[in-house]
Amino acid sequence: MLRMQGIDAAVPDDKVYTVTELTSFLKDLIEKQFPSIWIVGEISNCTAHSSGHTYFTLKDESSQIKCVFFSGAARRVVAKPEDGLKMYVLGRLTVYERQGQYELIVTNLLPVGRGELYAAFARLKEKLAKEGLFDQALKQDLPRFPSRIAVVTSPTGAAVRDVIRVATRIHAGVEIVVYPVRVQGEGAKEEIAEAIGFLNAEGGFDVIILARGGGSIEDLWAFNEEVVARAIVASEIPVVSAVGHEIDFTIADFAADARVPTPSAAPTLVLADYVDASTRLEGLLRRAGTVLAGRIERGKTFIGSLSTHYGMRAVRDRVTVGMRDLDEALGGARKTVEARIESGQARLAGLMGKVEALSPLSTLERGYSIVFLAATDEVVKGAGQVNVGERLRIRFLRGSAVSRVESTEEGE
Amino acid sequence: MGEMTFEQAMKRIEKIVADLEKGDLPLEESLDRFEEAVKLARTCQEKLEKAEARVSKLVKTGESGFTLEPLNESGDD
Repeated sequence: MLRMQGIDAAVPDDKVYTVTELTSFLKDLIEKQFPSIWIVGEISNCTAHSSGHTYFTLKDESSQIKCVFFSGAARRVVAKPEDGLKMYVLGRLTVYERQGQYELIVTNLLPVGRGELYAAFARLKEKLAKEGLFDQALKQDLPRFPSRIAVVTSPTGAAVRDVIRVATRIHAGVEIVVYPVRVQGEGAKEEIAEAIGFLNAEGGFDVIILARGGGSIEDLWAFNEEVVARAIVASEIPVVSAVGHEIDFTIADFAADARVPTPSAAPTLVLADYVDASTRLEGLLRRAGTVLAGRIERGKTFIGSLSTHYGMRAVRDRVTVGMRDLDEALGGARKTVEARIESGQARLAGLMGKVEALSPLSTLERGYSIVFLAATDEVVKGAGQVNVGERLRIRFLRGSAVSRVESTEEGE
Repeated sequence: MGEMTFEQAMKRIEKIVADLEKGDLPLEESLDRFEEAVKLARTCQEKLEKAEARVSKLVKTGESGFTLEPLNESGDD
């Protein structure tokens, strides 16, 4: 078609843009036109990247626009984009040149219908910040080894169980006192503020943990109240805010001396030093031991060098002489004992000889034999016991024989 | 010397070790200090090893008083 019109052969008269030129021209145009714009729509395709940036699409019945919520902005904004949520989105429009796509860089978000809460949050936060309530200088250090911890929370929620479970696992032997309060709804803010005041008046607590599990901004609202923030700042006992879940931020978090992302993280922070106390103890003792061992070693060397001095040598000589005397005395004693043992052995051998001489075996050894009647095993002592033709058994030193009597001859 | 808290004991041990490392104590005193440090360390270690966290609930009794009750950990929600 183009060829037929012959355009390919000629250079057009009008200005020709490169893609980049056009894109940056449009980008410029759009950015100038919409540096800050509120859009209302429904969130969809919301994906959070590990980088902390969140990407989503804002849409209504017939159109949609890509939105980018960078991590820096996300940290400053309380509300989170959620699929299906209708939100007011504030941002500046731009063009992502590499994909030729226009998109909104989000700077603020408010859920439709809850905008008033977020606005109230922002107002209070700004007011208290201006007053200096969040100043770093006001922050107290947490005690390294607390022995008594107060937990201001609902006595029945998951938060109190998480705190106790983790604290118990650390085996610090600490005492945990739960101060039960309502953590949401009517009266919650007064109870929380009163608890902090009471614990300070009562004394004896090393640290206070304010705990509550995650929830919507309405659920967490008690921790966004001015009275709670002021009680936290006024507390002479360090306060750890353990409210919400991960990215939920409350006014209490800013007012507290330390903030943890979840209730279960609170004991880990508060008892952190206990965890490696064992290792530290060992290290300290090893250092002390090394110092002492060194001193003792030096002492030994010193004593060693003394022993070559004349005075010490005299002492040593006396000791040596004494030892020689002792040796001799011992030697004499040993001889006496040995002699007695020898004579004892000789006597024993003599006795054994006598015993052996009495044994019938030794008689046989000398060539005698014993004669039994074969029928009865009776020992034959005279010819009268035997009859001609009777069988006799003869016992030798080794073995025996059976014989028959041919004749007898009486003797006296 | 009354019952030391864990933190006091750790501080004392650290102080003793620092003194020992300075090396200007007579040997006999060094040994005494060392013994003290070992004893404290043993107590600390025992606290770490066998002690479980004790958990109780604060119950207000009237205007200013309060008592501590053991907390039913399973909760009753």
